Amino acid sequence: MNPIFESKRRQNKLKPLSDAIGDLVHDGDAVAMGLCLESLIPFAAGHELIRQGKRSLTLIGPISDILFDQLIGAGCVSQVIAAWVGNVGAGLGHNFRRAIEDGIPQPLTMHDHSNFTLVLALKAAAMGVPFLPTRTASGSDIVKDETSFRQVACPFTSERLTAVKAVVPDVAILHVQRADCFGNAHLWGNLGAAVEAAYAAERVMLTCEEVVERSVIVADPNRTLIPGMLVDAVVHAPLGAHPSPVQGFWQRDGDSFLRYHERSRKRDDFLAWRDEWITEIPDRAAYRAKLEAEVLNRLAMRNA
Amino acid sequence: MSESFSTREIMIAAAAREICDGEVVFVGMRLPLVAFAVAKALHAPTAIGVFENGVLRDRSATQPIVTMSDPPNLDGALACTGLLEVMSLLQRGRIDLGFIGGAEIDRFGNLNTTLTQGVRLPGSGGAADIASFACRTVIIMMHEQRRFQEQVSYRTSPGYGNGADWRTRIGLPGGGPSKVVTSLGVFGFTAEGEMQLESLHPGSSLDDVRANTGWPLLISADVGETRAPSIEEIQLIRRFDTLG
Repeated sequence: MNPIFESKRRQNKLKPLSDAIGDLVHDGDAVAMGLCLESLIPFAAGHELIRQGKRSLTLIGPISDILFDQLIGAGCVSQVIAAWVGNVGAGLGHNFRRAIEDGIPQPLTMHDHSNFTLVLALKAAAMGVPFLPTRTASGSDIVKDETSFRQVACPFTSERLTAVKAVVPDVAILHVQRADCFGNAHLWGNLGAAVEAAYAAERVMLTCEEVVERSVIVADPNRTLIPGMLVDAVVHAPLGAHPSPVQGFWQRDGDSFLRYHERSRKRDDFLAWRDEWITEIPDRAAYRAKLEAEVLNRLAMRNA
Repeated sequence: MSESFSTREIMIAAAAREICDGEVVFVGMRLPLVAFAVAKALHAPTAIGVFENGVLRDRSATQPIVTMSDPPNLDGALACTGLLEVMSLLQRGRIDLGFIGGAEIDRFGNLNTTLTQGVRLPGSGGAADIASFACRTVIIMMHEQRRFQEQVSYRTSPGYGNGADWRTRIGLPGGGPSKVVTSLGVFGFTAEGEMQLESLHPGSSLDDVRANTGWPLLISADVGETRAPSIEEIQLIRRFDTLG
């Protein structure tokens, strides 16, 4: 058996967040995150990447709301493969801008995609083919990036198409509503490119609101969108997607995104924000304790 | 009978009127989201809304949302699918109308949301896909000279390229932009793919439009005034546009 897949064997994969990140993510890895678009963004895992000082990562995702911006500002990232990087509620990502425009804290290579081409790149990897063809974005400057795109002729009709190169993440990190200890995961709500990324990646790490018995999973197998055979680690991380929403569990904490926008406007303010919310707190439990009870009550949904 | 209204409100009203009953609409956030709710309540009750995160709805969300993935946009949804499904609907030609915006637009309706005057913008998201495939697109933008450039510095979302039959030659299946709704007026496109003023919002002048457009703008022979929002439209806009 390929040693890389040893951790996918049917076994208890529950780990603390710090161990899962330490075991599965290495400097220089390509990491897919924020795959559902604005929901289920694995902020707890992203913050642990920052806490462990991971370096030279390539981030992959359609959009990530502010998680990519935080990782870029913390100096973890050398390359981004994405369709959109910013703050959905507020607009531009200040750290993303500083990195691209001024090389602060370090230069950043950006490979622009559209949402469609990004999911096609992951789908190609998930299917084990080198590219998938599409008609999208012809005449757009996006497809001039030959790292990701080439013009090809349809072998049947000679029609001109764009080949989207497969993107194989070293690791996909996904936040889900529930999983069993073997990594069989139920997720619901809008799915974005989550399933494609899980099937595309070499390693998969889940953070979840609830760890459930196998019987809960097999009672609704159509909802098992990520089977445990793909998964290497399961982390019980309730509220692990805050401030993004989790259908059935948490509303979006819009104020938090707006406050981050202000506190990331200047480099020094961002570093103070990073210290306060990431590096000077030991773990997600401390993060949760730091959020006011009023905020948690306001965001909590009745379990659906 | 008239009621005072804001620029934002006439933009929403004008956008809502572009949605026809029965259409499948790729809805964006903010103004288009409100326009879709208004159209559904008023003249397009059977329109279907498609969101790029994978959500399909036949009724508007009952609570205000900031992003398309907020739980109120999932509650009561027809379906929660993924990017690949909704983008496939687009590529297959099943989306009648898509709303998009941009930081910069040019005379042929090409949009830039990537890189302008040294500023790195967030990027395409799904805009390039919507611009490629929707049977028609409606573009919503603030009308400012820095945004209305003769040629965009980066073409994120293709409009009519450099005009005429460019879309066909380049292999874009969708119909391209049909209208641009700005803070000053409503614009259409000529058969050559060039933007043309069709109506001025009440209170804005031809001089305002020309001063804020970076090329010699075509003016329709029968340019009129954008119909002011009716009291009913204003009431609906204010009911749905609670986040401003």
